[in-house]
Amino acid sequence: MIKKEMIAMLLAGGQGSRLGVLTSKVAKPAVSFGGKYRIIDFPLSNCINSGVDTVGVLTQYQPLRLNTHIGIGIPWDLDRNIGGVSVLPPYEKSSNSEWYTGTANAIYQNIDYMESFNPEYVLILSGDHIYKMDYEVMLDFHKANNAAVTIAVMPVPIEEASRFGIIITDENRRIQDFEEKPANPRSNLASMGIYIFNWKTLKESLIAMAEQPALDFGKHVIPYCHEKGQPLYAYEFNGYWKDVGTLSSYWEANMELIDIVPEFNLYEEYWKIYTKSESLPPQYISQDSVIERSIIGEGTDIYGKVYNSVIGCGVTIGKDTVVRDSIIMNNTCIQGGCEINKAIIAENVTISDGVQLGVGEEAPNETAPHIYNSGLVTVGEKSVIPSGVKVGKNTVISGVTTPEDYEDSILASGKSLIKAGE
Amino acid sequence: MKELSQKRATSAMPVAGSYRSIDFALSNMSNSRIQKVAVFTQYNSGSLNEHLNSSKWWDFGRKQGGLYVLTPTVTSDNNNWYRGTADAIYQNLDFLKKSHEPYVVIASGDCVYKMDFNKVLEYHIDKKADITVVCKDMDPGVSMDRYGTVKMNEDCRIEEFEEKPLVAKTNTVSCGIYVIRRRQLIEMVEHCAEDDRYDFVRDILIRHKDIKRIYGYKIKDYWRNIASVEDYFGTNMDFLKPEVRNYFFHQYPDIYSKVDDLPPAKYNVGAHIKNSLISSGCIVNGVVEDSVVFKKGYIGNNCTIKNSIILNDVYIGDNTHIENCIVESGSTIRANSYLVGEEGIKIVVERDDRYVI
Repeated sequence: MIKKEMIAMLLAGGQGSRLGVLTSKVAKPAVSFGGKYRIIDFPLSNCINSGVDTVGVLTQYQPLRLNTHIGIGIPWDLDRNIGGVSVLPPYEKSSNSEWYTGTANAIYQNIDYMESFNPEYVLILSGDHIYKMDYEVMLDFHKANNAAVTIAVMPVPIEEASRFGIIITDENRRIQDFEEKPANPRSNLASMGIYIFNWKTLKESLIAMAEQPALDFGKHVIPYCHEKGQPLYAYEFNGYWKDVGTLSSYWEANMELIDIVPEFNLYEEYWKIYTKSESLPPQYISQDSVIERSIIGEGTDIYGKVYNSVIGCGVTIGKDTVVRDSIIMNNTCIQGGCEINKAIIAENVTISDGVQLGVGEEAPNETAPHIYNSGLVTVGEKSVIPSGVKVGKNTVISGVTTPEDYEDSILASGKSLIKAGE
Repeated sequence: MKELSQKRATSAMPVAGSYRSIDFALSNMSNSRIQKVAVFTQYNSGSLNEHLNSSKWWDFGRKQGGLYVLTPTVTSDNNNWYRGTADAIYQNLDFLKKSHEPYVVIASGDCVYKMDFNKVLEYHIDKKADITVVCKDMDPGVSMDRYGTVKMNEDCRIEEFEEKPLVAKTNTVSCGIYVIRRRQLIEMVEHCAEDDRYDFVRDILIRHKDIKRIYGYKIKDYWRNIASVEDYFGTNMDFLKPEVRNYFFHQYPDIYSKVDDLPPAKYNVGAHIKNSLISSGCIVNGVVEDSVVFKKGYIGNNCTIKNSIILNDVYIGDNTHIENCIVESGSTIRANSYLVGEEGIKIVVERDDRYVI
């Protein structure tokens, strides 16, 4: 009979709406990160590096890019005879059919999948953080404490603690209480959204709570286990862990990679991050190029100047173009004579000659200031920007735009130009 | 190949930043939908075997066909190494006999090119040829003494075949790529072995040129053999030309290679790159001009690399000057070194003094 000690369930169905147009066509875990990676590569690589070789990936929102990226799991060595990676979308049942209505509901709907591996423990992960973590060490902690549930936590500055789910423990790290985004936090340990459950506990609580609408781990399942007096423990993690849920945190996390010795180092031999390589050739840097403090992916051709930027694979940067403080994703083409400042440009975008992005005075975004801020210019995938236009700060562009869309060839700061999607 | 071949077979030589020489032949076969491929290896094959550790990179490893690595083996009636190209085939004749495919493509792993073998096969059938040899007209001035030269009549039938002539009569060379019917090949190789002859070109092609219908198939596209230091250096430098890059990197079908899971290349303050290819996993802190830097290179502060090839996993310490060199993979170049190829290309081989932590 098949027996896996621990299997992982990776929640990858969320939209990540705070990433704006970056996630209008793809789920957040499939968004590019660090030049050649996608966000989901980090938890998947952590799994295989921790010896977890059975991973169910729960998808729902815009799964195409995720599905093609994961395939049968070859890049992560997750193509296995027994176990490996399985993509688990919502499905129709004989009595009803419903979407995944919450994090725990998604897991509930896949009880049969988990049962088939006869696991001792189930690791619940989310596909939207950048970190390297050995789940096996966390499991050792879980076993040593005879815990029913272990929650990974991270110390955060107390003044920021009110942005997180906060966990209060005793001196043995046994959990006493939780608070969701408390005004006056009693602890600085923030939940990282990573749980290890005893399979028996998980199954019992999911079935007991099945009728709860929008069944959620943080809101329902964990409190339920706590009320029943189950031993819940907090595992403290002190490594690099970054939530990339907003455009500004996404931009910052990318920019941290270009430090001389970044806190999150991709160049270590140990604990490699794997991804599906979409491009193999080396990158070409022309006679007139300047590159400083940047990381650049495979197959990219650079004819212009690049400063403080993260550039993906298969990108073209034309002659006399200057790119500063920007993220440019795979297969985007920026033609000659452009000036790109503090922009996030998604995949397969075409920017014609002489375009200026991120110029002029700052002004808050008029449609979604909580998403488009920090002076960033965000360009959605497959967008086209016609030649010679000037685009201000806190702006967003998506779709095939033409000169008629720009009054006097200008898109002022704070404006949104969205022609398709969203 | 001088010192470069101490480490590996020519087929495993790294080419164009991210590839190895054999990737071109294997990708061409895969892209021509050839499903069954056998690789004969013998000389210094460690590096090559490591590269071929999985057939999935080239999309082989199917239920029909697959990638076979055939090394010489000691059996009850044979304890020889491969004594020549024909002998290699003869020692694995069972593989050919058990196959059912009607035609065989023979190619060597030391050439850089793109080719649809189906076109050659169509031509082969069209000409009712016994053997078709892929040929290319070399530019005038190229020395022929490393190549087999052929002379064809107006119907493209090969009339003369010379192996490595000092003074060549033509500038048409054989690319070392042949198409032949499987049964015909078995028959010729068996014949050849009976006479204790072992070389495919000398003992099969040249001896049969008047008996069998041997045709030449001329190509005009890029093709280059890398089996000498000058050609190896020149082939890599060709990839700095936009038309060559475009042909190999941007035109379908692609060339495949083993995926190494390396991070993107990183450029720190002080990096200054001009007209160069940089591969994944590199960290650059210095000046690189007109050079090809292969995977995982580290170039220290205040270094200058000019007109050179830096192979995989080379560490170059600070204040180093390298010009007109090929730096062997795994080398650790100490800080403040000064390495210049004064007359021609200098090959630099250093020990790997680093430890994996």
